Amino acid sequence: MKLDEFFVTGEPLIYGGMVAIALVTSAIIFLLTYFKKWGWLWREWLTTVDHKKIGIMYILSALAMLFRGGADALMMRVQLAFPDMNFLDAQHYDEIFTTHGTVMIIFMAMPFLIGLMNIIVPLQIGARDFAFPYVNAMSFWAFFFGAMLFNVSFVIGGSPDAGWTSYTPLAGAAMSPGPGENFYLLGLQLSGIGTLATGINLMVTILKMRAPGMKMFKMPIFSWSTLVTSFIIVFAFPILTVALALLTIDRIFGSQFFTLTGEGLPMMWANLFWLWGHPEVYIVVLPAFGIFSEVIATFARKQLFGYTAMVWSMVIIAGLSFLVWVHHFFTMGAGSFVNSVFSVSTMLIAVPTGVKIFNWLATLYKSKIRITVPMMWALAFIPSFVIGGVTGVMLGMAAADFQFHNSYFLVAHFHYVLIAGTVFASFAGLIYWYPKIFGHKMNERIGKYAFWFFVIGFHVCFFPLYFAGLDGMPRRVFTIIPEWMPLNVIATVGAFGMGIGFAIFVYNVYYSYRHSKRETTGDAWGDGRTLEWATPIPIPHYNFATLPHIDQHDAFMAMKKKGETTFDEAKVEPIHMPSNSGRPFLMMAILAFASFALVFEWITLAIIGLIGTLIFMGLRSFDYDEGYHIETDEIKKYEQSARRL
Amino acid sequence: MSAPQSKTGPLEYRTQTGQMNILGFWIFLGAEMALFATLFATYAVLFGRTANGPTPGELFEPGTALTMTFLLLTSSFTCGLAIHSMRNGSLKSLLTWLIVTLILGLSFLGFEIYEFAHYAGEGATLQASAYWSGFFVLAGTHGLHVTLGIGWAIMLLIQLAQRGLTPTTGTKVFIISLYWHFLDVVWIFIFTGVYLIGMVM
Repeated sequence: MKLDEFFVTGEPLIYGGMVAIALVTSAIIFLLTYFKKWGWLWREWLTTVDHKKIGIMYILSALAMLFRGGADALMMRVQLAFPDMNFLDAQHYDEIFTTHGTVMIIFMAMPFLIGLMNIIVPLQIGARDFAFPYVNAMSFWAFFFGAMLFNVSFVIGGSPDAGWTSYTPLAGAAMSPGPGENFYLLGLQLSGIGTLATGINLMVTILKMRAPGMKMFKMPIFSWSTLVTSFIIVFAFPILTVALALLTIDRIFGSQFFTLTGEGLPMMWANLFWLWGHPEVYIVVLPAFGIFSEVIATFARKQLFGYTAMVWSMVIIAGLSFLVWVHHFFTMGAGSFVNSVFSVSTMLIAVPTGVKIFNWLATLYKSKIRITVPMMWALAFIPSFVIGGVTGVMLGMAAADFQFHNSYFLVAHFHYVLIAGTVFASFAGLIYWYPKIFGHKMNERIGKYAFWFFVIGFHVCFFPLYFAGLDGMPRRVFTIIPEWMPLNVIATVGAFGMGIGFAIFVYNVYYSYRHSKRETTGDAWGDGRTLEWATPIPIPHYNFATLPHIDQHDAFMAMKKKGETTFDEAKVEPIHMPSNSGRPFLMMAILAFASFALVFEWITLAIIGLIGTLIFMGLRSFDYDEGYHIETDEIKKYEQSARRL
Repeated sequence: MSAPQSKTGPLEYRTQTGQMNILGFWIFLGAEMALFATLFATYAVLFGRTANGPTPGELFEPGTALTMTFLLLTSSFTCGLAIHSMRNGSLKSLLTWLIVTLILGLSFLGFEIYEFAHYAGEGATLQASAYWSGFFVLAGTHGLHVTLGIGWAIMLLIQLAQRGLTPTTGTKVFIISLYWHFLDVVWIFIFTGVYLIGMVM
């Protein structure tokens, strides 16, 4: 393979990207060397198995991916506002909408939420860490290297260009030769391993490591949403694993699953993809519901209304999420009976979702609402998400869908649910738990600017697109007719509003780091209700010195009334902790190497990489490291100084 | 083991780590079930799509499939005997039954490799048609699981020889027995759903 086939050439924007990557990488290497931080990086971050640090790494990666996906989005909006400027050609536009979708769903939305789960769930249920901390580190590095593998495609080998749904036969070897689609398949496969392992890990953690007395139905609602999400992950991700593997085997080893020859069935891909893809939608939205529930209860200063109904509605949504996949391709010709069945099951989902909306409203009803930035995101979520949900029911009617299908109406719908649901929740959750994680709040005034720019920009961007869709504008086109111009120009203005909002948010991270008042107690908002607010600041490595018996919802609220803390000097015992390990990082780096080799169909190198990975699994089997204990003296000393006793 | 430990009950459940590992593995098996279910569904959808190539009815041999079934079912039984020996605290008998299980598993693999090579020689390859793609990936995924299980069990044999029976090694042996029985269950579905139906259609 020649060098000019290996690197992508001939596109000024991509040359710019290469220069940017080279500059950022050398800057990072220079800074780490100059400040002698390599050892620190390895000891504190690359080898850590601490759920809090892994969570921070997830969130940082997700923010970087939000930037990348957002840059893709702005490029598309520029192209559609000025279609005659030839900013992007058709090929480049195809690549960008493909990477935008994939990055946002797989490498932004999920890791952001998993990052918050990582940090918060063990704290909410009173656990010292995950059930399997080593596996947790492995999951993170699988996701991280999967994301890197996918992202490197735009400078090496070429990006995938068959859409984030990667429909066959277009995505097959005959019509999309070259490494592009392989990057998609293997990047997703690698990060999928991590997601599945996290799902299992979180399930065991929640089922087995809750604080004494905390029954399932006394558990904070965010932990419940995590448990339900993990259930969906465990049963949906293997389907994606199989779908990706089959297409990989098709492309690299010439099997005939989704081909037009050998009696293959290209439409089976759509079925397999959406059998995972629809549950995936709920994987990214149920944790968002959990976050909003926590934020609304805290700042409405009331117990969440209808806790049990909230839990059961999530369980029902999870069950239904596996029964609606055909609504993504009503027009593929499954026949009216099949379409009717899936139409009804789709509309059924609106019922438990509606229950949740009314429960949030009932929590707010007659409460003394405290307007903070996380609460503003939560309040903006409710009406915005309802717009997305109602248009979803419109799309769910099979007959009407023949009109809406593949139009900007659909594009507007899923951005309304995913941005108003997942992205708003990511901001709400991060700002809400920010003082818990970093020891200081984000500046409220700057946060409000970011909020207003982003939320107004969001509506300005996507509301007109519903009408562009009703006017017949199809999705995934790089040029448009004059009738659609005004709406598209408005949408582009809105998109840049969101971009400014995000930039202000990032500036706020820096500003707050420099100027925010440092927190002295664990209960930063003063209204914390659940157990995560009970720890001192910064959160000790072991999380909880002692735990009281928990017998009601809002455990921390009850503790505050009774004057209890998570430090009862008489009951302190040594705490068992897992040891750090560099092996998760190395193992996943090697697996990423194997995947990279497979992308270019260098089979020998791929096999060498796989053997390396197996060796690391063997090493783990022979590893009888039992961790270490934190002694009582050390715990007492830390708690006394952090609690100023 | 430094974590809290009880002195009674089955060896593998005595530590909290052991209990969590076993629960985690059960959930993993749930995920594996979803994985194999997807492969079976794919196979069923592609059934009969042989594109003028060889059909399963022409190639499947009842004798081979039946022998493989007996080998794997027996190995599941001997694996159960191994766990029974572990519960009785007999390391020697545990090792013996595990080794018998492995030999049976290896013979199964031998037959499967012979079978695949034979089909390929008759023109039924992975690339031949959608049906054979589905067959080789479904049966091959099961075979790959058996292979990994054998490698894993060999590592456990070494650890048992080094460390004897402890709650930690006990948990590990119990978990691989769950895995082995699971592969057996999957094979029963392959035997009936793929071989028996393939032979009569």
